[in-house]
Amino acid sequence: MTNTIGDIEDADVILVTGSNTTENHPVLSSYVKRAVKFKNTRLIVIDPRRIKLTEFSDIWLRPNLGTDVAWINGLMHVIISENRHDREFIETRTTDFDALKDMVEKFTPDYVESITGIPARQLIEAARLYASANAGSILYCMGITQHTTGTDNVKSLANLAMLCGNLGIPGSGVNPLRGQNNVQGACDMGGLPNVYTGYQKVTDEAARKKMEKAWAVSNLPDQIGLTVTQMVPMAHDGDIKAMYIIGENPLVSDPDLNHAEKSFNNLDFLVVQDIFMTETTQLADVVLPAACFAEKDGTFSNTERRVQRVRKALEAPGSAKNDWEITAEIAKRMGYDMIYADSREIFEEIARVTPSYGGITYDRIDSAGIHWPCPTEDHPGTPILHTQQFTHGKGVFHAIDYIPPAEQTDDEYPLYLTTGRVLYHYHTGTMTRRTEGLNDRVPESFVEISAADADKYNLKDGEETKIASRRGEIIAKLKISEKAVAGSVFIPFHFAEAAANRLTNSALDPVSKIPEYKVCTVKLSKAG
Amino acid sequence: MDDQKIIIINGNSFSFTPGETILTVAQRNHIDIPTLCYLKGTTPTGACRICVVEVKNARNLLPACSTPVESNMEVQTESREVIESRRMSLQLLLASGNHNCAVRESDGQSWTAFQLNVQHQDNSGDLCPVWGDCELQSLAYRYQVSGETFPATKNRYPMETVNPFIIRDFSRCILCGRCVQACNEVQVNNAISIGYRGTAAKIIAAGDRPLKDSDCVFCGECIQACPVGALVEKDARYDWRPWSNRKVRSTCSYCGVGCQLDFHVHDNRIVKISGAEGTPPNYGSLCVKGRFGFNFIHSEDRLKTPLIRETGRENGKFRQASWDEALDLTARRLSEIKEKNGPDSIGVLTSARVTNEDNYAAMKFTRAVLKTNNIDHCARL
Repeated sequence: MTNTIGDIEDADVILVTGSNTTENHPVLSSYVKRAVKFKNTRLIVIDPRRIKLTEFSDIWLRPNLGTDVAWINGLMHVIISENRHDREFIETRTTDFDALKDMVEKFTPDYVESITGIPARQLIEAARLYASANAGSILYCMGITQHTTGTDNVKSLANLAMLCGNLGIPGSGVNPLRGQNNVQGACDMGGLPNVYTGYQKVTDEAARKKMEKAWAVSNLPDQIGLTVTQMVPMAHDGDIKAMYIIGENPLVSDPDLNHAEKSFNNLDFLVVQDIFMTETTQLADVVLPAACFAEKDGTFSNTERRVQRVRKALEAPGSAKNDWEITAEIAKRMGYDMIYADSREIFEEIARVTPSYGGITYDRIDSAGIHWPCPTEDHPGTPILHTQQFTHGKGVFHAIDYIPPAEQTDDEYPLYLTTGRVLYHYHTGTMTRRTEGLNDRVPESFVEISAADADKYNLKDGEETKIASRRGEIIAKLKISEKAVAGSVFIPFHFAEAAANRLTNSALDPVSKIPEYKVCTVKLSKAG
Repeated sequence: MDDQKIIIINGNSFSFTPGETILTVAQRNHIDIPTLCYLKGTTPTGACRICVVEVKNARNLLPACSTPVESNMEVQTESREVIESRRMSLQLLLASGNHNCAVRESDGQSWTAFQLNVQHQDNSGDLCPVWGDCELQSLAYRYQVSGETFPATKNRYPMETVNPFIIRDFSRCILCGRCVQACNEVQVNNAISIGYRGTAAKIIAAGDRPLKDSDCVFCGECIQACPVGALVEKDARYDWRPWSNRKVRSTCSYCGVGCQLDFHVHDNRIVKISGAEGTPPNYGSLCVKGRFGFNFIHSEDRLKTPLIRETGRENGKFRQASWDEALDLTARRLSEIKEKNGPDSIGVLTSARVTNEDNYAAMKFTRAVLKTNNIDHCARL
């Protein structure tokens, strides 16, 4: 997030898109709801599903799946043509405005309506409302990013925020809501193929030299590595021979699971470190037992870049160890000593090699976390990014055209499928499905459909239904719901026995390599 | 002029900002005014009258939580009249339900009869489940009052136990309304309200249906707000007492909000999780997963020893192994494959679920030991 969670209540207008906030980030959603209920903040929700937050919204736009660039360009078209953009911000803080202006020229409300299904009048209203804000906050989540145009979608939201000067002040910003407790930290720590900690590039010689010195090694690799979505097909083709997987369950969370399963089976060696047997450990050659979060000391970095303490409350079961200890033991056996007394010592090393974490210490974050960047020990941290200038000086407008999703409905697969989570479960369910109460609330998978579509395909509420895509098929209970829009169905991806990802498309965004989980096409029929 | 914005509390002068209440000014200056129905950050309801104070020239005692400060106001927070009023309020509350926390006088017979009746209704031989962790009990002790000054009122509503998370014990509800404020003004789930009138009043959900059939999303904000034993975690009820627990502050492991929480640890088990009050980003709030989704930690299914595959991948048979054997095998196979097929034939998936320190170790291992940049995690998935 460019801004903080607390900041949300300072916004005049909040635009939420591609985020079912009340189910996926419940505590953060209460900031949005409080702002609307008690602070006269106006709320725009842009989401095909009738999510809970629509009950709080002033304007709810319901675009067709995968048409985000079109409606965002449409909003900008209206704002520019009605002269509602922030000229001073554009002049002093940004470049390439003219290219953007030329691109959005054709995205008239009528044209946008023809692509997105959003009535032209509603689009105009939303544009006027967002542009009217002194501080406008954009909140988004995987509904924006999990598309073949995910990068385009995010850049388009950044365009919209810059166009109205909604960056760098309290209550503003472009705010991705991160779905996993430490997904921010995993990225910050260089758990990515192209960067070391703090986004220092592996292709930058100075960064490589610095790391070589810090780690007392030579010849660190200078080529960008592979993403998970590239490794899996390469395992399939035999180019990746071995994998070391820590605390992940790609055999439920990856797209096109049937293909992924073959890929993992094809590995010469697979070692998986986890707290439970999972669909992925089942295929491993070696399984290593790890301590869970309540059994370890360390830090997580949350969605607002706040580095916070994790503290050990329990002894781990059996002989399970800290993840870092296990990794260090393997390193030692491969001839490299990675000896640390405790997690604090590792954090001190992180701070030494990572400018944005340089001023953070366990002592400083003992009672409340600190937002990075925090370069020195006397620096208070940075709750709001880009207050004076952007990371690279001026903000660049990207002129982006609309590209439809990779898969389109046809006579054989007439319905769109989108996937996500429900309130009571988390990701692949290895944790939440082991809590009786949560299982009691949502015990099994379901396919959410509109009453109109259920009628059209002659399906009844509660009946076992077969859902098939070009890649696989699953069976789940039909759930007729007001949340669903005609033409689209929704399936949560928590349930391995009816894994939504047997259906999803592994088509990737060309830049971020994110799969298009949020749009593919399916057909429904009675099971059995 | 600044010197006009002065209030005198118990003879001492304090400055204030217009719009502040007597309670806010007192709390800021560490003057203790007891409260029951007041929930920080929400609109004061003034329902319980415990926070009443004496204001010079006012006709009645005024609730500190909802009375705005005026210039030169003179306030007494523990005058004789104030104390008498609080004692009366507490006695009425204590008489209104199953407050079997031993704040009764020493007439053995009536104490026993009352106690047996309550224990029968509780289906337990123990005292109140929040004994020792109850604001009403603390106040009764502080003001030395007991429960039989007024005749006990009849307990109208049966306990609700039909949802997996929260016990609603109406016999201990003092109708302070804090749960309603928590639900409507903090989490804004708008699931509960005060229903019926007068002595029939009750906290209701969805026209008086069980929580599981209402808009309730089981965030448990109401439990944390409840000052008495009316709302209790189902799993925690009677299993332990607060003084036998150790509290450990940590960060939630579900979504990316990073809520601060307190583990309540008893005998190497987590018996309860509560939101850490007064600290960002959540200021005490949690969701259903963060508050109740911790049973997995103690699951029998947890991996406890390293495992090594015995047979082919088709039938997934494993045998237990020592750490040395498992680590040696892992190191040997990774070294062989690196040697034979090159570093880039190996891929590492680190995790968005583990700590920064764990991720850093995995990253360093991949680059410095395996010598590849093939490292990623499920940020995209």
